[in-house]
Amino acid sequence: MKVTDQIKISLFRTMLRIRQFEMAVREHFQKTDIPGFAHLYVGEEAVATGLCAVLNPDDYVTSTHRGHGHCIAKGADLNRLMAELWGRKTGYCKGRGGSMHVYAREVNLLGTSGIVGAGLPLSLGPAIHAKLNKSGQVSVCFFGDGAANNGTFHESINLAAVQKLPVVFVCENNLYATVTAVHESTKTENFADRAAGYGIPGVIVDGNDVMDVLEKADKAVARARSGKGPTLLECKTYRHFGHYVGEPGTAYRPQEERNEWAKRDPIRMFCTHLVENGTIDPEGIEAIEHEVEKEIVEAVEFAGNSPLPDPQTVAQHVWSGQ
Amino acid sequence: MAKMRMVEAIRAAIREEMHRDDRVFCIGEDIGIPSGFGGAFQATLGLSDEFGHERILDTPIAEAGLTGVAIGAAVMGLRPIADVQYCDFLFCAMDQLVNQLAKLHYMSGGAVKVPMVMRAPVGATMRGAQHAQSVESYFMHVPGLKIACPSTPYDAKGLLKTAVRDDDPVMFFEHKKLYGSSGVRSVKGTIDASGEVPEEEYLIPFGQAQVRRRGAHVTILASLLMLYEALAAADELAGEGIECEVIDPRTLVPFDYETLAASVRKTGRLLIVHEDTFRLGWGAEVAARIGRDCFDYLDAPVERLTAPDTPAPFAPPMERFYVPDAGRIIEAVRRLL
Ligand SMILES: Cc1ncc(C[n+]2csc(CCOP(=O)(O)OP(=O)(O)O)c2C)c(N)n1
Ligand SMILES: [Mg+2]
Repeated sequence: MKVTDQIKISLFRTMLRIRQFEMAVREHFQKTDIPGFAHLYVGEEAVATGLCAVLNPDDYVTSTHRGHGHCIAKGADLNRLMAELWGRKTGYCKGRGGSMHVYAREVNLLGTSGIVGAGLPLSLGPAIHAKLNKSGQVSVCFFGDGAANNGTFHESINLAAVQKLPVVFVCENNLYATVTAVHESTKTENFADRAAGYGIPGVIVDGNDVMDVLEKADKAVARARSGKGPTLLECKTYRHFGHYVGEPGTAYRPQEERNEWAKRDPIRMFCTHLVENGTIDPEGIEAIEHEVEKEIVEAVEFAGNSPLPDPQTVAQHVWSGQ
Repeated sequence: MAKMRMVEAIRAAIREEMHRDDRVFCIGEDIGIPSGFGGAFQATLGLSDEFGHERILDTPIAEAGLTGVAIGAAVMGLRPIADVQYCDFLFCAMDQLVNQLAKLHYMSGGAVKVPMVMRAPVGATMRGAQHAQSVESYFMHVPGLKIACPSTPYDAKGLLKTAVRDDDPVMFFEHKKLYGSSGVRSVKGTIDASGEVPEEEYLIPFGQAQVRRRGAHVTILASLLMLYEALAAADELAGEGIECEVIDPRTLVPFDYETLAASVRKTGRLLIVHEDTFRLGWGAEVAARIGRDCFDYLDAPVERLTAPDTPAPFAPPMERFYVPDAGRIIEAVRRLL
């Protein structure tokens, strides 16, 4: 894929949309407008953005509990996504799902998930569908370093490899699963190394460098599309905040480590790169920031002004055809 | 006596059992990481400092795995206290729980014992369908598993200590809104379930229900969070001269039918309340038993008030509608009279 200036600018815009969306989620969670859990993607924006930039609109994405960024990068409507998080009738799932259970069928986003590791096998389904239909579609499966130690990881990757399914497995290694550091749960240095055990390529990716993600995702997606089977991408990254809003994420993560990763903020790094290379000038950046800000304000207003679902309809959608 | 929150009573029970018996150890996710939470709701907070990280054993996110490990250790004579962060994740470990844990003693003709406890938090707390279930009934169906569901710190401590010493497997269900967990692990909508817990050691045998309130007109059977809703309803109904007898089963397997039947013979009316869904919720089993055993004493059919047969919805007004509360219990009691 040839990365034009226009594409680069849209990568920047997507990352910014995710960032600002998440900052609004944080604010409104703290104000108790948003109930439940909110696991923020702040700091990891480059992964979903770079990955989804090489996908076609009809390719599939399976997401996690930390899924708002995947939804946005895949093209989900910010208003309906925000409304779902607020539990509103206008949300993607009519307020029945919430942050951890978002399904945006129009953009082939096949679910964030409240069950760690559950998305891995689910992602093979769309791949089998694509293969049987010879549609050329690809299925992308995001999961965390924590999920990589669940049995579903092994079952799914092995099966996808054997069947040469068009899947791209994307391990978002943010070094922690809740409070458990990767080295507490995993003996291998890189999750990508495990790919060899399944006979598929494993690639280490700088998850904070959107261009590195895009380049390596492009190869993996092309390989899947051409019928050669899955790839395991391991994107090294870091969440800026705690595991969820309300959890500071400071007690178990050393200050020094947090500072180092803060310096490698994916959006700031890319912004500097764009300006230094003359892809865009600071005024251009500012203009995008304002546009995105406006979109987010609108999404919050949309959610806030949307009606709550009628409790009496609770049984609706237990069965199809309702 | 000391006033304790539920989570403190659970922690105290684990501590005492670990001090008493070297074979007792904990296994779960994020339970002993230094500067961590001490498990999803702080039950093991500080215990890895006291007992070492080997006896507060952290596993990766692998419920099937950690359950199997605990079972294998129990077979060897250790006394694992395993836990999952939300009871919904027990479904990831169903083979180990149902095909292994529940059946090993029987299949081995008694050669193998599996003295393990599996702790699991239940209840809807506005986190959506995969973090909200009450799953006691699933396990009540499985021969070979004992089931505890304590509603007070006193009971939680006494029952957990009994569970650890039991030679058979115990599923130990705790309600998120009763823990009283604090700080970053506090749960919205928590009710104050703290209570007095004696300093000296005590055990509570399984299969002994507790009459929480005496009354002559109607019996309400409720556990966990629903017990508190039932007591609130009974308070209000008392103002109208309706006296409810409120019974807390404390364990579902074994179940104290004697205490319940004695009450129903007196009141002639039974309302069963649980947060689990209606169809084959544990109330159905109890209703069938009481319908048979107390047939001649019943003045009305046994009533059940439960969540509707739907997954737990996310939107707060829907969830409030979904979970039975005091208001709905009052309505149900009025229907019974
Ligand atoms: C089966 C299951 N077990 C445990 C949990 C509780 N839980 C939610 S997120 C999480 C950590 C996930 O870590 P990781 O996969 O690395 O994703 P990250 O949060 O770092 O993005 C845990 C243990 C869960 N939701 N599902
Ligand atoms: Mg992680």
